[in-house]
Amino acid sequence: MKILVAVKRVVDHNVRIRVRPDGTGVETTGVRMSMNPFCKHAVEAAVQLVEKGQASEVVVVSIGPKQSNDVILTALAMGAHRGVLVETDAALETLTIAKLLAKVAEEEQPDLILLGKQAVDDDSNHVGQMLAALTNRPQATFASEIVVKGSELEVTREVDYGRETVALPLPAVVTADLRLNTPRNAALPMVMKARSKPLAVRPAADFGVDLAPRLVVEKISPPAERVAGKTVGSVADLASAIAAEVNEMEAL
Amino acid sequence: MSVLLLADHDKGELSPATARLVAAASQLGPVDILVVAENPAAIAAAAAQIAGVRIVQVVKAAETAESITNSLESLAQRYQSVSASASSVGKDVIPRLAAKLDIQPVTDVVEILGPNRFTRPIYAGNALETVTDPQPKHLLTFRASAFRPAASGNAASVESLDLSVTSAARFLAAHRTESDTPDLATAQIVIGGGVSVGSAEGFQLIEKLGKTLGAAVGATRAAVDAGYAPNDWQIGQTGKIIAPDLYIAIGISGALQHLAGIQGAKKIFAINTDAEAPLVKIADVALIGDLFEIVPQLIAELEKSGIKH
Ligand SMILES: Cc1cc2nc3c(=O)[nH]c(=O)nc-3n(C[C@H](O)[C@H](O)[C@H](O)COP(=O)(O)OP(=O)(O)OC[C@H]3O[C@@H](n4cnc5c(N)ncnc54)[C@H](O)[C@@H]3O)c2cc1C
Repeated sequence: MKILVAVKRVVDHNVRIRVRPDGTGVETTGVRMSMNPFCKHAVEAAVQLVEKGQASEVVVVSIGPKQSNDVILTALAMGAHRGVLVETDAALETLTIAKLLAKVAEEEQPDLILLGKQAVDDDSNHVGQMLAALTNRPQATFASEIVVKGSELEVTREVDYGRETVALPLPAVVTADLRLNTPRNAALPMVMKARSKPLAVRPAADFGVDLAPRLVVEKISPPAERVAGKTVGSVADLASAIAAEVNEMEAL
Repeated sequence: MSVLLLADHDKGELSPATARLVAAASQLGPVDILVVAENPAAIAAAAAQIAGVRIVQVVKAAETAESITNSLESLAQRYQSVSASASSVGKDVIPRLAAKLDIQPVTDVVEILGPNRFTRPIYAGNALETVTDPQPKHLLTFRASAFRPAASGNAASVESLDLSVTSAARFLAAHRTESDTPDLATAQIVIGGGVSVGSAEGFQLIEKLGKTLGAAVGATRAAVDAGYAPNDWQIGQTGKIIAPDLYIAIGISGALQHLAGIQGAKKIFAINTDAEAPLVKIADVALIGDLFEIVPQLIAELEKSGIKH
């Protein structure tokens, strides 16, 4: 089985982001960037399938500026075999990303495409589902377990009512949730080795996809701040504060 | 400018959030509901009662992403907007449909500013994006918690659609949490427990407090990862988004990914040993101390006062 994994470079999930005062976006200059956490789980899942002898090759693709090489190198250090950077400095919409990935999938013909379920910057949760539609494949989103059964996958998904298991014939698209696995931290020798693995850089403009955005972003604004409240001194005080809230609700 | 809204349902019942979604969709035009289910009758009947619903359309089919997307697709042409809840189903199908229709979707909408202007949170709710969607068709998911429910008392007509939808993926099994606590997404009071609750038994204490108040129960990712609480209790960036009148956070630090799920709470109360915890800092009322001492006493106090929501 050949696996294509898509990864995104985002503002590190530990960074407290700051909205630019002029409303043009979130401050990203001088901010620590790293691989989107969900993408790490997708890479880990692919590498584990190789280790179990169920997959033969893992190709990792990222779309973004030159610096996105960093997240491809991270994936290569985790055990992916080769990388593709689809280079663009433009901020692309999720549909455009999915179209570019569909082109890469057409070239690579993977049996399985793995992605993170969402990116922690725009929180869209779109691309896997769109790519599944564009490549006419079945999808299993929000995966917390992937089991290979012959030419099928059995995927357990985290859903609002709990979990559900679906069977997917390959080729298929799966998006990773956080409980799928624990991503490894690549050991130094793997990091060194990653630098010698093949990494192709291809301009996004070469894929024949219209890169223009459809939506107009008017502004990015900060959310309303919550004002600090008070500390109470006893359980009795807390209980009466709760009772006061409940009474107010009932008055509604 | 009519709107098609996909209904969420579980165990043969309409999701209690649907009235909120109808209220959201109604801001864009008359609303028709689509129910895709193996046993749709009761779900459709409940949907028909929501004020503002014009027609309920029903497709009897398996509930996989493909079959739901194909059902929506066959109706999409007649609507200017096709919408769903920002739930696990809506998130699964709206982007898939969007790609088929070559439309960039706008998802997790928390505010409708005009016929094609929407606000959605990004960066775990630490920023809000206002977008204009000039496309001829809008594909949308709404966060139910951000909208007030529509009234009931309607009697919309129910129409069965004879569609044959196929799906390469097959549903195998549902694994659910047996729990009689109220729906997290629409509950008026929510009690949340963190990893410091320490065990599944510890969560029974949280549940007991929940019962006392008629509240829903939620958890942090750390508590779910540790196996103390089921995954569908997770609140936050990657879990459920709640907007209760009162959220009581017990032994929860308040990581930004958790805060992402509780921004809609009107009041936040916190119980924590650490007065410096970020959640304590944003709480309206905080009690500093050990949850294992406080929670049993709190239950006793509340029971004594005869409170029952
Ligand atoms: C990509 C990503 C997505 C995430 N999504 C989510 C999400 O959706 N939801 C979510 O919740 N998290 C999410 N997280 C995890 C999040 O970053 C935090 O790790 C998590 O919320 C912490 O959970 P906690 O508050 O239970 O634990 P901790 O941060 O360990 O906090 C424990 C708290 O308990 C207090 N405490 C300890 N003992 C007691 C006691 N006896 N009595 C009272 N208080 C006590 C401590 O003072 C502390 O404040 C995500 C993380 C990532 C990277």
